[in-house]
Amino acid sequence: MTILKSAKGFWLSILLSIILFAIIQFLIIGEYLNGFYINTIFFMGINIILAVSLHLIIGITGQFSIGHAGFLAVGAYASAVVSMKLGLPFPLAIIMGGLVAAIAGLVIGIPSLRLKGDYLAIATLGFGEIVRIVFLNIDYVGGASGLQVSHLTTWPWVFVCMMITLLVIRNFTNSTHGRACISIREDETAADAMGINTTYYKVVAFVIGSFFAGIAGSLYAHNFYIIQPSNFGFLKSFDILIYVVLGGLGSMSGAVVAAILLTIISTFLQDFPETRMVIYSILLIVMMIYRPQGLMGTREITSFFKKKKSVEGGPKDDNQHTVA
Amino acid sequence: MELIQQLINGISLGSIYALIALGYTMVYGIVKLINFAHGDVFMVGAFVGFYSITLLDLSFFPALLLTMAVTAIFGVIIERIAYKPLRNATRIAALITAIGVSLLIEYGFIYFRGAQPEAYPSGVLPTEKISILGVSINSQSIFILCTSVVLMIILQFVVHKTKIGKAMRAVSFDAEAAKLMGINVNNTISATFAIGSALAGAAGVIFGTYYSKIEPLMGIIPGLKAFVAAVLGGIGIIPGAMVGGLLLGVVESLVSAAGYSLWRDAVAFIVLILILIFLPSGLFGKNRREKV
Repeated sequence: MTILKSAKGFWLSILLSIILFAIIQFLIIGEYLNGFYINTIFFMGINIILAVSLHLIIGITGQFSIGHAGFLAVGAYASAVVSMKLGLPFPLAIIMGGLVAAIAGLVIGIPSLRLKGDYLAIATLGFGEIVRIVFLNIDYVGGASGLQVSHLTTWPWVFVCMMITLLVIRNFTNSTHGRACISIREDETAADAMGINTTYYKVVAFVIGSFFAGIAGSLYAHNFYIIQPSNFGFLKSFDILIYVVLGGLGSMSGAVVAAILLTIISTFLQDFPETRMVIYSILLIVMMIYRPQGLMGTREITSFFKKKKSVEGGPKDDNQHTVA
Repeated sequence: MELIQQLINGISLGSIYALIALGYTMVYGIVKLINFAHGDVFMVGAFVGFYSITLLDLSFFPALLLTMAVTAIFGVIIERIAYKPLRNATRIAALITAIGVSLLIEYGFIYFRGAQPEAYPSGVLPTEKISILGVSINSQSIFILCTSVVLMIILQFVVHKTKIGKAMRAVSFDAEAAKLMGINVNNTISATFAIGSALAGAAGVIFGTYYSKIEPLMGIIPGLKAFVAAVLGGIGIIPGAMVGGLLLGVVESLVSAAGYSLWRDAVAFIVLILILIFLPSGLFGKNRREKV
């Protein structure tokens, strides 16, 4: 019975997303939306991918990484090189962007995930900066002046990548591996004592997170006409971090909602970048003082529609703790 | 000779890092918080120094003292408003707040003042070339080094010989026990922020006179590097921050001298990652076993 029920929810969400896709595709093809709105929608999709990929690392596994723009940059540059320099088709460029970012995640994750809390945060921040400086110094990709990229990102690609990201990360969270990651978030020592290979799961979460950040990077690169190292500074990392923190550490739908909301806000404040950052920062401070668990805590949107009955296993719905 | 000159440049730069790193390390030692806003206190210090030199016509040392006073108050305000309510929150919440405060100071400052850079007036300090054994040294470097060293000696005196220093050491050792012994923990933490911020403000003025260009986002990179310096020396350990700062400054100058000046910023972070992996407690730190 329960299997049937969850299957119903699954087909319902598939149906809803196809309808959403069709509506926006119709609006774009019928030229009811101007370029500005289309761009905003693309950004929303890309930001959702970024937010959800970071959510897996911070919200589910509890590893505080603030160098996510580094993986975005790796993905963006890798895919741009594949499509522009090597002349290979766009789908391949997207996948290569993801794969190269995943390799970067593996290389940086294995040593640095031995660190905890603040130290990990600083190490990942340092990594993000190193990536930026490396791209700044490679003449092959244009150095500081950037790399020309043709505009190949279209709504179907954004949508497909976004749905795959959401699906993979949702299913990962609900799998045995996801449970192991959540146990690491709640108490790493206890998880270790229960026989969970904490290093392995941390690295797995990190690599999956960076893979999708790389995918987002591919879409991001091909949405602009030029990519520059300065697009991927730590302010970009903070932007992504804010989506996750605001949505609630541990809530995927929270991250999605926050990404949508903040993309809209930042689009409206595009001409006033200072105002935007002032609002963001006040939002962060006030949020942390009065509601440190974020908008949604660890709950998902679907839990509002369910009766108040704790689901067997998994995180309790009234979990008030943020990442320990 | 070129090498010795680069070393001296490195030491001057390193003493600036050391002054900022001291604030990081003291705050981390006492509340276990990476105060991301510390780099921005440094920036505010540079601007206060600039305005007190240009608008109030002060000379270098009065301007330095005024800046230290202003940034000390500024640091305490930050602590009282943003960090005090989070005393018992999770580390991550505190860290995110610190990031928020940092962004707020940077962009609030740009919002009210504008992002245009300013140039420090030249001639605040005498700029003569002194040659010792064939090495010509800018007298500014010597001034800067002396000022930093004097400030560090004063800090050592405050921490080890005064009552507030004793309280700071006690709180950083065990805040609960210190409270039971009748130490006002909140005031001690505020004092730590005040001292750390004053040092950062001084570093800002020194940076301004040495490099002459200041702007609202100038605090980010030196702030991060100073944190690297603090980690390098062993976070929470005051002499460690001084040595770490000087070492980082020297390493950076040597990298520039070797012709890789574009990679300068990356070097600091590579040093950070290496030190975190191979020597996480820093050069001066003791390795402590974690208890459950």
